[in-house]
Amino acid sequence: MTPDLEIRLPAEMMRTDAGSAEVGRSKTIGQWLLIGAVVGWFSLLVFIPLLALARRVLAGGCTPFLNALQEPEVRRAFGMTLGITALATVVNTIIGIAIALVLTRQRFRGRALVDGVVDLPFAVSPIVAGLMLVVLYGPSGWIGQWLEPRGLRVVYAVPGMILATLFVTIPFVVREVVPVLQELGDEFEQAAYTLGASRWQTFWSVTLPSIRWGIMYGVTLTIARSLGEFGAVLVVSGNVIGHTQTATLYIHEGVESFHPEGAYAASVVLAAISFLLLVGMDWIRKHLEFREGSSS
Amino acid sequence: MTGPLEAISPRDPAHGALPVTAMSSDRVAGFSRWLTKRPIGEKTVGIVVRSLSKKYGTFQAVKDVSFEVPTGQLVALLGPSGSGKSTILRIIAGLERAENGVVELTGEDATAIPTQNRGVGFVFQHFALFRHMTVRDNIAFGLKVRKLPKTEIKARVDELLELVQLSGYAHRYPTQLSGGQRQRVALARALAPRPKVLLLDEPFGALDAKVRDELRTWLRRLHDEVHVTSLFVTHDQQEAFEVADQVIVLNYGRVEQMGPPQELYENPRSAFVTEFLGSVNVLKGRLDSGGTVVAAGLPEPAVHLQGPGENGPVSIYVRPHDVELTHHRNGAPTWEGRISRITPLGGFVRVEVVLPDRTDVRVQITRDRFNELELNTGEPIFLVPKDLKVFFENEPNSYVI
Repeated sequence: MTPDLEIRLPAEMMRTDAGSAEVGRSKTIGQWLLIGAVVGWFSLLVFIPLLALARRVLAGGCTPFLNALQEPEVRRAFGMTLGITALATVVNTIIGIAIALVLTRQRFRGRALVDGVVDLPFAVSPIVAGLMLVVLYGPSGWIGQWLEPRGLRVVYAVPGMILATLFVTIPFVVREVVPVLQELGDEFEQAAYTLGASRWQTFWSVTLPSIRWGIMYGVTLTIARSLGEFGAVLVVSGNVIGHTQTATLYIHEGVESFHPEGAYAASVVLAAISFLLLVGMDWIRKHLEFREGSSS
Repeated sequence: MTGPLEAISPRDPAHGALPVTAMSSDRVAGFSRWLTKRPIGEKTVGIVVRSLSKKYGTFQAVKDVSFEVPTGQLVALLGPSGSGKSTILRIIAGLERAENGVVELTGEDATAIPTQNRGVGFVFQHFALFRHMTVRDNIAFGLKVRKLPKTEIKARVDELLELVQLSGYAHRYPTQLSGGQRQRVALARALAPRPKVLLLDEPFGALDAKVRDELRTWLRRLHDEVHVTSLFVTHDQQEAFEVADQVIVLNYGRVEQMGPPQELYENPRSAFVTEFLGSVNVLKGRLDSGGTVVAAGLPEPAVHLQGPGENGPVSIYVRPHDVELTHHRNGAPTWEGRISRITPLGGFVRVEVVLPDRTDVRVQITRDRFNELELNTGEPIFLVPKDLKVFFENEPNSYVI
């Protein structure tokens, strides 16, 4: 047996196990019912609504759909969404990695508190998150009453929307990276130190590559959530068309104003982007796991 | 117990066939020069540890430990789990900080130097190879962080790959290697930046028995050729004896005894060392004022001493192969017992004998001697201890004989 064969054995075994389950035994009625229920439920909740939306949008063919996307309002709304998403993703990736490193590698008073508070944006309704920002940065808020006279508008302006998006997307990178760091332990970093690497070199060449899949996954979730964020942004934006309107706010307005064509088109684009993000992520992950033969 | 370990135990040259032997001798000499790169004749001690102490919370992991590792030797830190051996190794590497004490590496005080600048090579029990790097990149890591020229790095990695017999595996990832191969990569990676000392933390602990055996012998051969001052941690007495020039026995964070393996085995200075190094029979006994040690429940004295004034309860330690079996008394101090079990073990036979006070004594004799004596279970037999160690029971470190 060549070493190659030996290494691939576990994967090979898993494959044959799955194969024999399909070929060797015929399924009972109960198993068929279970599979049917899962597929049916999934269709009802996910596939059929998606199809319905796509059908509604493309009912008049592709041209109205593309025309709707050409509208300056739509293009500006998407520009706003993409800009905020890019900024929030970059900031929360860097901050998220830092928080994860502090939570796993440092012992300090109040660590448990920070650990719990990181999840707060998950627990709090986005609309409440938005309200918190209004209270703080609004014209009569603690910080707002100090900023407004100096010409710095946060709430009902772009900075507030960025802050709202940052707030709701804090947990994603942290929550994906912490378990990877914990599983990794600090032995690899110690090995790098004994080989003469500085902390900075160790972070870039050992820690970061080891947690990159956790980061990528967290980044994907951050992007998806930033693109789709509605509640928190709605509260702080003031929804000024062409100035503080994101894609989700545009969709909201389109539906409300009985001119839903643009809203439907924008929805399909948002859904498609999210779908592509997840599929692409999954594909890259499998591809690299195969090359390295590693499971982390 | 702070004196330098001087003697080097004789090495059995007939270790099994090893990969290193495949290399030509001048090539090996080249390696050894390249790895040590020290002016010939310079006299420094590889590792000096003085009065090291370390606490984890209320647990005193290391208590006032001092020892020296002479340049170029391979020394084992041997002890049961929780004896502080790994902690000491990690303090030497700078991965842990001691409350008290001094660490010197090749004559230089390293106590305050961060790990990165200590010039130690460290081999971890679970290899700690970088999973996202190939074998080549792993070995090159310590050279790359020093920003050496690429051609130099390549040449050195090639040499090390050959040294650990993994030249064909340079582009594999660690997960595509067996445990033994991974540990050899870890060793090559640690040796690549030319460390002053090599520290190995239970290097064979994560491997299965057969691979462990091979790698052990291989490590000894490798060390005989590269001569880098090495300290390795193990809980396995046999491993320490097989590989090390000197053994430092630790218990509860203290140094119990150190010296060449054979010396420790023959002259253990505490009850712990006696029990820890190989199997041994323990009998309860008394030392009376006349200087006679009598095993409990036995009529005959075990041994006469040149009267140390004290007396009291003692423990008598006898190794299974230090007992002679006879059918007749021959004048020497003798214990009478009954054979309870005979277990043939290949070249020798283990005979278990029950003494009148129901103490079991294990005796190991050669197959030839066994056939000569014609022993049978249930028969009475006389035991003649050829060598025994006696320690006071309440002061297991005070050696009687």
